[in-house]
Amino acid sequence: MGGRRYIPLIAAALLIVAGQPVLWAIGRPYYMTQITMSAYYALVVIGLCLLMGYAGQVSLGHAGFFAVGGYTSAVLTTCNLLARQNEFPIRWFRWLGLLVERQDLYGQAMLCFSPWAAFVVAMLLAGLIGFSIGLPVIRLKGHYLAMATLGFGLIIYRIVQGAPVFGQADGISNVPPFELFAGLEVNGRPPYRVQNYYIAWVAVLAAMLLAINLVQSRVGRALRSIHQNEEAAHSLGVNTFQYKLSTFVLSAVFAAVGGALLTHYNGSIGPSEVTVMKSVRYVSIVAVGGMANLWGALVMGIVLNFLSLRGVFGTYDDAVFGVILIVIMLFAPQGLLRMPTLRGISTLFSRRSYG
Amino acid sequence: MNLAQIIQYCLSGITVGSIYAIVAIGFNIIYNTTGIINFAQGEFLIVGAMMAVSLTKVVPLPVAIGLAVVITTVLGGLVEVVFIRRVRDASVLRLIVITIGVSILIREAMLHIWDEKVRSLPYFTGTDVSTISVMGAHMSPQVLWVLGVSAVIVTGLTLFFRFTLIGRAMRACADDRMAARLCGINDRWMVTLSFMLSAGIGAIAGCVISPVTQTQYDMGAPLAIKGFTVAILGGLGNSIAAIAAGLILGLLEVLMMSQFQAAYKEAVSIVVLLLILVFRPSGLFARRDVSSLRAF
Repeated sequence: MGGRRYIPLIAAALLIVAGQPVLWAIGRPYYMTQITMSAYYALVVIGLCLLMGYAGQVSLGHAGFFAVGGYTSAVLTTCNLLARQNEFPIRWFRWLGLLVERQDLYGQAMLCFSPWAAFVVAMLLAGLIGFSIGLPVIRLKGHYLAMATLGFGLIIYRIVQGAPVFGQADGISNVPPFELFAGLEVNGRPPYRVQNYYIAWVAVLAAMLLAINLVQSRVGRALRSIHQNEEAAHSLGVNTFQYKLSTFVLSAVFAAVGGALLTHYNGSIGPSEVTVMKSVRYVSIVAVGGMANLWGALVMGIVLNFLSLRGVFGTYDDAVFGVILIVIMLFAPQGLLRMPTLRGISTLFSRRSYG
Repeated sequence: MNLAQIIQYCLSGITVGSIYAIVAIGFNIIYNTTGIINFAQGEFLIVGAMMAVSLTKVVPLPVAIGLAVVITTVLGGLVEVVFIRRVRDASVLRLIVITIGVSILIREAMLHIWDEKVRSLPYFTGTDVSTISVMGAHMSPQVLWVLGVSAVIVTGLTLFFRFTLIGRAMRACADDRMAARLCGINDRWMVTLSFMLSAGIGAIAGCVISPVTQTQYDMGAPLAIKGFTVAILGGLGNSIAAIAAGLILGLLEVLMMSQFQAAYKEAVSIVVLLLILVFRPSGLFARRDVSSLRAF
């Protein structure tokens, strides 16, 4: 075993680095923009894959967690606290260095939370919401769990659409870039394209590394035992509830990271990111990747989101994901990469490398 | 708030509530025979109404509605034969995901066959301005149609499940599928029939509310969520309790609407759903005898 589980990671990294000159060579460097966006969506998919594939819990509300991340970042980095800078909590925030001064599009001075502070708050909030939703909901099974998470997603959608602070139907725009450190920033403008391509991939590979190690560990084995037979796992002393809940929280945080980073990258976020259809889309990507197959989920997450963002599916965008769901569930519940004809390819990706 | 206003609110609460109840009964019929929740239930209502709207251009209203119901019933049967019948002994998760996929397909098909415009059927009697006064409250005659049709559907279903051979066979399947099969009941056909039945009553409900609430291709999902809330509130599989639960949710919604912003109306049912799932997933009226949940 040892380092073998990292071979696919290294291969993926090489592939990504090779991707850049290839895109230049074929004269389509702008594809990098959509690949970067797909990578952020893939973060949601990786988290959901842990939840659905390994812990065996369905969530139809992950777009909600994506929104928690994205909207928290957007609100905190665009609200102007200048008028209240001497009031109680604001002064303290400033003293702690959580705030930054900047100018908006029209040159007006603004005092906002720094993207780092907003990012941390977004993660904590997503974790907290994930925990408090998960605590009651994760006890449910089957349809009940599906409907409860769907309900959670819908509530977030309604809040985002109804509350003025979230910009209602317009969403929030003019979200500033996110300067990570030393000149690296999450920024969607063309000069930053190459830089962001790598930032996004580093985030994705870090998430994969974490996920792979988790799946390989005692936790991963416990999760798989829960997925296969919860009662048996329970009777063997696995604290099933705690494992399911922590996976739920972890996948919520993954989704929020994706949401926050993509919001900084796009410079905006709107209610269209929070629809039920988005949540279903993440589920269908995990399904087509083969449920308990992190690499499958990642590959499908990148490919399908890329095609969707390029507009390949046209007006059939949502229908494509509906068809994918049905076809995969009817004919290949093990996922596309595990279909008999593709078994040869699948051995490259799955089981042996981290099984 | 005076008496007339209270009656007014109650009437509209009962009207929407009875529609939610019918959606919930649609869920229950399929749940009882197959043990799955059909996420495409809301789409059946919209398909029925859309179909009827288009047909009214060529045939008179009652014929159009009749045809729309027949077509939607056939569609429901097709959904079962094409998508559900193939997967037996599948996990609940797989079946749920399939019905979600079906609901997306139906919705997208409607978007491409019709468009995203809001349509509606004409009022069955009178026009959109004609009203009936009840103790100072004003209501559209369509409200009476909604209530009447809901009552007819519920009575009809009760009689069907009690007294007809097919209805009894369906109940037998719900109770114990293997035993029913041993008694010579074609259980597969009963499952198909349950999909047809819930599609059919869904279509009727969709047509009756169309003049009041309008019809748009993507209105199915919110209706399904509310129908599901009602089904859970009453106890999944228990159709009589679903009626009571429907009225409760309808009245609650109207109450919230009268006090708060209309935008949060949707949130009410979802909050109710989450609360009931967390605290009493077997429903408000659950008896200790769990098997009673699976009776019609």
